[in-house]
Amino acid sequence: MSDLTRLTLAEARDGLKTRTFSSEELTRAFLQAIERGNDQLNAYVLPTPEHALAQAKESDARLAKGNPRPLEGLPLGIKDLYCTRGVRTTACSHVLAEFTPTYESTVTQNLWDAGAVMLGKLNNDEFAMGSSNETSRFGPVTNPWRRRGSNVALVPGGSSGGSSASVAADLCLAATATDTGGSIRQPAAITGTVGIKPTYGRCSRWGIIAFASSLDQAGPIAKTVRDAAIMLRHMSSTDPKDSTSVDLPVPDYEAAVGASVRGLKVGVPREYRMDGMPSEIDDLWQKGIAWLKAAGATVHDVSLPHTKYALPAYYIVAPAECSSNLARYDGVRYGLREKGGDLIGTYEETRRAGFGAEVRRRVLIGTYVLSAGYYDAYYIKAQKVRTLIKRDFDEAFAQVDVLLTPTTPGPAFGIGEVSGDPVQMYLNDIFTVTVNMAGLPGISVPAGLSSEGTPLGLQLIGKPFDEETLFRAGQVIEDAAGRFTPPDPWWLAASRSK
Amino acid sequence: MEVDADTVRRIARLARIRVTDEEAVALEKELSGILDWIKQLDEVDTTAVEPMTRVMPMTLKKRIDAVTDGGIAEQVVANAPTSDDSLFVVPKVVE
Repeated sequence: MSDLTRLTLAEARDGLKTRTFSSEELTRAFLQAIERGNDQLNAYVLPTPEHALAQAKESDARLAKGNPRPLEGLPLGIKDLYCTRGVRTTACSHVLAEFTPTYESTVTQNLWDAGAVMLGKLNNDEFAMGSSNETSRFGPVTNPWRRRGSNVALVPGGSSGGSSASVAADLCLAATATDTGGSIRQPAAITGTVGIKPTYGRCSRWGIIAFASSLDQAGPIAKTVRDAAIMLRHMSSTDPKDSTSVDLPVPDYEAAVGASVRGLKVGVPREYRMDGMPSEIDDLWQKGIAWLKAAGATVHDVSLPHTKYALPAYYIVAPAECSSNLARYDGVRYGLREKGGDLIGTYEETRRAGFGAEVRRRVLIGTYVLSAGYYDAYYIKAQKVRTLIKRDFDEAFAQVDVLLTPTTPGPAFGIGEVSGDPVQMYLNDIFTVTVNMAGLPGISVPAGLSSEGTPLGLQLIGKPFDEETLFRAGQVIEDAAGRFTPPDPWWLAASRSK
Repeated sequence: MEVDADTVRRIARLARIRVTDEEAVALEKELSGILDWIKQLDEVDTTAVEPMTRVMPMTLKKRIDAVTDGGIAEQVVANAPTSDDSLFVVPKVVE
C-alpha cells in the first residue's frame, strides 16, 4: 500500500469512506512515522498511541455500520495549549508541570464529536510566546525543510511550531494551532503549509490556555486550502462557555473552495512594502497579484496608514493581558510549587522556576505598562492606536473584498540565529499582527520557494466572518503555485540508521 | 534608558517573580530596549480617539443566573501540589 501519511485530509476522508483502508491502518501509519521521525523533529511533546488506536477502532466500527461522522477516523495532532481530558497539557511551560485536565477544550471536543482521532500533543513556544518555537520547555522543534545543500537545523516558526512541522513532515493529517500575533500563519508560511486564523469569536477559547484574551484565536494548520476549510468548519462553534464566541451559524467552508474569484476586488496595502523588504518577498507578492488577476479578480491599491504602529502597540497589549492571565500560576491550585519563606515567597520562587526567560520578560513588561502612573501612557495609548488600525481596515474594506500581503518578511531562519534579540524576533510578526489587533480573519497559503529553497507564503486578510472569501482566493493561489513538500524526508532516514 | 535596576526589582515584586541582582541588570537593558522601541507610538495623534474595548461590535452575552456546574471538588483539587480533604493547602498566611 502507498504511504498513507502522504494523503491530504480530504483524500484520507475519501479513502476511509470507500473502505480502501481502515482508520486503524491509517492511524498506525502515522504512529509509525511519529516513532521514526519525532526524535529528529521534536514536533510531538506527548504522543498518545493508545488513545489514538482506541478512537480509530471506534471509528472503524462506525464506518462499518455506514454512519460515519464528518471527520470519522482522521488522525490529527493537537497543540499543547488545548486542554485535553486525562492527557497531560502544559503549554510547554515548566510551571504547569504534569497538569492533567479534568475537562476538554470546546474546540477539541468539537473535533472528537466529529469523529477525529488524536495522535498526541504538539510542541509550541512556552504559553505561545515566540515566533520560532525555541522557548518551549521541551526544546526547539526542527523544520522538516532545509536550505538547499545544507543540513543546518531551521526553525518551523512559532508559536505553533509543532503543528506546522508535524503537518509538513506528514506526522499528522492536520493540526490544531492558535494565533495571537501570527502564531498560525507565520509557521505555516515557513513550512509550506496552509494556516488560517479565523475572525475573533469564531472558535471558542474555552479550555485553551490563555495568553492574550482579546487577541487569541484557534485555527488549523493543514496541507491544503481544502483541508484547512474542513478543519475550521469542525473547530468552530457557538459556545455558551466563551462570552466572546459569536452567535453565527458555521458555514460549510469547503463549499467555498474552488468557487470563482471573477470580479473579486483584491486590495494591495502599500504600507506593507516595508523598507529593506527582500526582493524575493516582493516578487512573490507580485506573482500572487498576477495569479488572482488571471483568475478574474481586480487588483486595487489601498492604504492602511497605521500599519507600522501595530507591532509596538501589540507589544503593550499582549504582555499586559499575559501578565494578567498568567497571574493564576501561583503554585497553589495546579502545576509546579517551589517552596519560599512564606506564601509570597512561594509565589515568587514558583514563578521564577516555572517561567522561561521570554515569558518572564513579557510578564514584567505587562506588569510595568499596567502599573500605576503608566497605564494611560502605555495601555490606553495602545488601545487607541488599535482603534485607528481597525479604522484603517474598515476604510479599506469599503473599497475591496480581500487584502493580499506577504505572510512573513523572510524564510525560515536557523535555530539560535535570532533568539538573542527580542525586538528582532518580534519583527517576524510584522505582517500578521495587524490582523489580530483588528480581530480579522487571515490565511497563509504557500506560494513559492526562497532563494535558499525553503517555503514562503502569501497572506489573505478578509472582512469579519468572511472566511469563505479567504478559502476561495486561497485556492486560486494554491492552484497556481502548486503544493510544497520537503524534497527529502531526512527525519525518517536518520532514525533508520540509528 | 527608561528602566533602572530599582524599577526592575519593583516590577518583579509586583509580578511575584524573584529576580537576582545579576538578572535585574540584564533585564534593565532588555526591558529598556523594548520600551524604547514601543515609544514610537508617541508619533501617533490619538486625541479624540476612543480606546478599543472589543474587536467585534457585540453586546456581552448574559445567561440565566443559575447553578449549572459543581459538585466536583475532587476534580478541582486533582492537580493541586498539596491538598487535604478537598482543600488547597498553602504555607501559613496569618500567624
